[in-house]
Order: sequence, then C-alpha cells, then structure tokens
Amino acid sequence: MPQIAQLAATYSSQIFWLAVIFGLVFFVIGLGMVPKIQSTVDARDAKIADDLARAKAAFARADEIEEDYRVRENEGRVAAQEIVAAAKAKAVKDSEKQVATADKKIAARIAEAEEAIRASSAAALAEIEAVSAEAAQDMVARISGAEISREAAAAAVKAALAHG
Amino acid sequence: MADSGKIDPMHQFAIEPLFGTDNLSLGGYNIAFTNSALWMLVSAVLLWAFVAMGMKRSLVPGRWQMAVEFFTGFIDNLMKQSAGAAGRKYVPYVFSLFMFILMGNLLGLLPLGLFGIHPFTFTSHFTITGALAVLSFSIVLIVGFFKHKLHFFSLFVPHGTPLPMIPFIFVIELVSFMVRPFSLGLRLFVAMTAGHVLLKVLAGFVINSTNAGPGFGVMVGIPSFVLMVGISALEMLVAVIQAYVFALLTSLYINDAENLH
Repeated sequence: MPQIAQLAATYSSQIFWLAVIFGLVFFVIGLGMVPKIQSTVDARDAKIADDLARAKAAFARADEIEEDYRVRENEGRVAAQEIVAAAKAKAVKDSEKQVATADKKIAARIAEAEEAIRASSAAALAEIEAVSAEAAQDMVARISGAEISREAAAAAVKAALAHG
Repeated sequence: MADSGKIDPMHQFAIEPLFGTDNLSLGGYNIAFTNSALWMLVSAVLLWAFVAMGMKRSLVPGRWQMAVEFFTGFIDNLMKQSAGAAGRKYVPYVFSLFMFILMGNLLGLLPLGLFGIHPFTFTSHFTITGALAVLSFSIVLIVGFFKHKLHFFSLFVPHGTPLPMIPFIFVIELVSFMVRPFSLGLRLFVAMTAGHVLLKVLAGFVINSTNAGPGFGVMVGIPSFVLMVGISALEMLVAVIQAYVFALLTSLYINDAENLH
C-alpha cells in the first residue's frame, strides 16, 4: 500500500503542496470569490423580497382606492337621491299651490258668473212683473173698464207669480 | 506490472515526483512536486475556473452562474442548519473544503487512462485527508477556546449529567472528541481507496481472463466489465457523498465550537 510504504518519503511534500494549493483555494476562491457570489445571491433575494413587498403594498393601495371609490359612489348616490326627492317634493308643492290659486280664481269667476246670472234673472223677473202688471192693468181696463192702480196690479201679479 | 501477468491494484496510489523535482527540499524536508501535487493543482485550477463562471454577478443568472450559486447556496444552507447564523462566516472555508475534495474525488474517477494520462486521486491518501481533518479540528479547537475560554470543556459534560457520572462522561466525551480528526480523515481515505482498488481489481479480471482465452473472457471478463460500469456509477455517488460527509461533519464540529451544546 503506497499510502503507508511511501509515507516517510512523501509526507512532507504531500503536506507542503496541500498547504500551498489548499491555501490558494481558500484565500483566492473561498475568501475572494465566494463572498461576492453570496452577496449577489443575497442582493437578488433582497430584490425579490422587496419587489414582492411593493407588489403587496400596491395591491393594498388598490383595494383602498376601490373601497374609497365605492364609499364616494354610495355617498353620491345618496346625495342624488336626496336632491331628486327634494325636487319632487318641491314640484308637488308648487303644483298644489298653482292648482289652489287656479281653483280660487275659477271659484271667483264661477261666483261672479252666478251673481251675474242671479242679477240678470232677478232683473228679468222684475221686468216680467212690470210687464205682467202693465198687461194686467190693460186687461182689467179692457174687460171691466175699471181703472186699477199700478200698485194693485203689481201686488196681484206678485201674488199670482208666488202661487205659480 | 502488467508485463509480469499481474496487475497491481495498489500501483495507482503510488506517488512519483515529477519534472525532476525529486530532491527539492525546504528546511530539510522533501517537497518534491509529485503527481499528487499536480492533481491537487489541476483540481484547484478547475475549481477556480468553475467558480469564476459564477462571478458575472448578474441579477438574472445564466446557467453557469446558477450552477456556482447552487453550490455556494448548498454550503450556505448546510452551515445555517448546522451552526445557525454564526455559521455563515465559515462558508468560505467549508466551501473550499467541499469543492476541493469533490474535485479531487471526481477527477480521480475520470477515465483518463484511455488517453495515456495516469489519474491520481489525492483524497485516497491519508496524509492529505488527515491533514485536512487536522485543519478542521484545529479550527474547532481554536474557535472553541477563543470564544469560550476554559468553558469549552463543558462540551464534554452534557446537560443534566448526574454529578457522580461526570468524571466518566467527561472521559468518554473527551475520547470521542479526540477521535474526530482520525475518523474524519480515515473515512474519506478508506472510501476512496476501497472504490479505486475494487475498480482496478475488476479491471484486472477483465484483462487477465481475456488473455487466458475467449471462453474465460466471456464467462469472467464481460460480467466483470458490467459490474465495473455499475460500480463506476456508484463511485461517482460515493465521491459526492464523501465530500458532503466531510463538509457536514466539519460544520457540525464547528457548531460545537460556536454554540457548545
């Protein structure tokens, strides 16, 4: 077994070259290059974590904006409904008022017209009475030749008219 | 070895100095540049080339950057699970350890012999695995005593131990603690050596049975070859698992040092 047979002759060169070469490996690769590779990996991991955190924050912000928008939309809808209700109420009130004034005007005109009708029918009656009294006076004069006073004729006509 | 009619399954572990550096020495110690050192260097360069492809540092990674980040993320997770947040500062060390061992294990399995290159698995030498284990163990000791001072010894007395049991438990825990570097180093060395020996023995069956005649070749050589294909796949798995086990145990030991119990 050369490992044992050659031990005495080769141990020093083996250990010397191992120390030199492994030393180079450790200092050049282990200390020189590995930390840089690790820092690259760390930087990448940090970037990924950071990006994820930012994406999550953006999601949260989007949700917030949506919520805010929804609240404002609801508020707007409520306000619009209030305005519509108020306008409707006002319109109803206005139309009621107009109808009331129109009613009043119409009632006044009806009253006026009725008054006029009453007045004219009274006038007509009075005329009929007068004409009837005259006619009655003439008839009495023609039939009996008696002269009756205008007042008596009028009273007789009135009595006849009142009895229908 | 083959010319004597025998294939030595151990020859693949032999260390040979290269480029005439047989007698290169430092402070009286031989530091010849061997095939083992060469394969360590190849592993290190390939590892560097691989990790360099993850250095584009773009926000949206390409496939190579993704692959490199998979491995750093894997070790990052391992340390986080084993040692918590304090484990992150050990990621460079455990990553280097894991990837270096993984490269060594996998490179040793490449069928480079077909191209005349002699592959060598440096993780099949306990000099190497032992040195790495001792390195991990030293880090545990240094961190443990630096962070917790003498309180680190409370690691050997689990919570709720009855007072009369403390001396025994302490000794048992201490022994199990001291055995760690040996078990850590030997596990990897044994797994890699056993797998390579098995493959080489089966390869010897294929060659020798075929040389003995077509009948033997069909009866012994082909089944052995089929078995080799399966075991090669298994060895790839073992190469990854053993590198993972080494890194995992290192992370668990570091957790002991960082957080005691």
